Amino acid sequence: MLEISNVYKTFNKGTVNEKTALNGLSLKLEEGDFVTVIGGNGAGKSTMLNAVAGVWPVDSGKIVIDGVDVTALPEHKRAKYIGRVFQDPMTGTAATMQIDENLALAKRRGKKRGLRTNLSKAETAEFKELLKVLDLGLEDRLTSKVGLLSGGQRQALTLLMATLEKPKVLLLDEHTAALDPKTAAKVLDATERIVGANQLTTLMITHNMKDAITHGNRLVMMNEGHIILDIKGEEKAKLTVEELLHQFEKVSGQEFTSDKAILG
Amino acid sequence: MDFLIGLLNAMPGAVAQGLIWGIMAIGVYITYKILDVADLTVDGSLCTGGAVCVILTINGTPVWVAFLMAFIAGLLAGMLTGIFHTKFGIPAILAGILTQLALYSINLHIMGWGTDNGSKSNLPVSVDKYKLLVSARYVREISLRNPLLLLAIFLVVIIAILYWFFGTELGASLRATGANGNMARAQGINTNTTKVLGLMLSNGLVALSGALLAEYQGFSDVNMGRGAIVIGLAAVIIGEVVFGKIFRNFSLKLLSCAIGAVIYYIVIQFVLRLGLSTDDLKLLSALVVAMFLAVPYWKNKYVGGKRKKGGNENA
Repeated sequence: MLEISNVYKTFNKGTVNEKTALNGLSLKLEEGDFVTVIGGNGAGKSTMLNAVAGVWPVDSGKIVIDGVDVTALPEHKRAKYIGRVFQDPMTGTAATMQIDENLALAKRRGKKRGLRTNLSKAETAEFKELLKVLDLGLEDRLTSKVGLLSGGQRQALTLLMATLEKPKVLLLDEHTAALDPKTAAKVLDATERIVGANQLTTLMITHNMKDAITHGNRLVMMNEGHIILDIKGEEKAKLTVEELLHQFEKVSGQEFTSDKAILG
Repeated sequence: MDFLIGLLNAMPGAVAQGLIWGIMAIGVYITYKILDVADLTVDGSLCTGGAVCVILTINGTPVWVAFLMAFIAGLLAGMLTGIFHTKFGIPAILAGILTQLALYSINLHIMGWGTDNGSKSNLPVSVDKYKLLVSARYVREISLRNPLLLLAIFLVVIIAILYWFFGTELGASLRATGANGNMARAQGINTNTTKVLGLMLSNGLVALSGALLAEYQGFSDVNMGRGAIVIGLAAVIIGEVVFGKIFRNFSLKLLSCAIGAVIYYIVIQFVLRLGLSTDDLKLLSALVVAMFLAVPYWKNKYVGGKRKKGGNENA
């Protein structure tokens, strides 16, 4: 469903700030794979998602989604295939627009936008039903501006928007990192439900090793711009945090540096 | 008493000018408020609209066609700024300044069309010789040719069309672009296209306003757009300050820009009657706009930093 082959990306080439963020990255996701991604700071996790989403062009390599080579496509054209939820709750929604307007925008992802009305009565009813599933009381606030919502509510809404039109690939970039633990659990819960119900092919970055182990059917660990560990199925089901840390040290030859990942 | 009578006498003119500039202010609203871009093209495209309208009218084109062509000229001016911004990677403000500068020459040539040296800085159009839509001459008359009636209808029609447009898929994608570019692109919106489109629409309206202004005052002048952006901003801001709390509906927000422009011209008449020289008007306008822009900023900074309704983008 998603195939990343031998992708390289270097930022600020030729300056003192030169940074090779993706270093021969290859990863293949089968349809319905729910892959959690972990790795230390600067390992290239977010860069990988941005490369898939097409935020900027990669230096070399190939990205194929559902048989379509998207490597040369700009961000807005790839959006047709991709649902995204960002780390910052402010990024995924338009604060000055209403909840229903945001959803209506998401419903037309990848479609031509013309002079038809952006929000029909039938859609309003449909959105109301969908929001009920989130269980955040948003179904009664359809015409509220999104800027009035809390971070958790905004992330849940973004998640709904990302999956409203079934994406080929769902990209979750630490989408619960900015939330308090209780809200984070709620949003993760909703993620699990939505991904499960639609059998979505998903890449989820998390800084929390426990979450990485409990969610999804596959876990990959990144270091220095490529995958260093890929654990699936049975083996993943038995995985513990200690073992994961041990594996990391073995494969990378260094200690895992982020306390937050271990403790949080 | 004389002062009051003088002021009252000047009212119809002030309102008419306010209504004309109100259309221009709605154009500024589209870029400044909806797209979140300060577009300085308008200083040039206002005159482009006036120049195109006048040159076509005195060459025998029907007035409606002249207005349509002025609108199209504005669209093109906006498109140029949009291309400078999105294709050439020039910051929006600078892109607008470049177009504005280029338009100065273009406007001279439009007005000088058909003359020997092909360039003219001022072009009169007399209501005695040509059939015009609006003219300052009839502003105190109680008749159908009073420009106030026509301008009010014009304004309502423009607001109605824009209200419809911004409720469509395309219009909503334009709003999303200004509200959150990242989100817009993630939803498959080509934000470069929507930005160009917004700049075109805005300058089209500004040029239309320029065409009305030229007819109203009986001439187009290469300097008629100087400082237009400041007047437009003043109208938008005055409208927001006065009606922001009560006007929630989008069409009413557009209307408040127009009323803001009317208030601006009434205030200008007032200070002129008090004895201010017309030479000092631009200084006064700039200071007033600076103050109106500064007050919300100071409020946020010094009065406890209360969060604005609608959320803070950087929170």
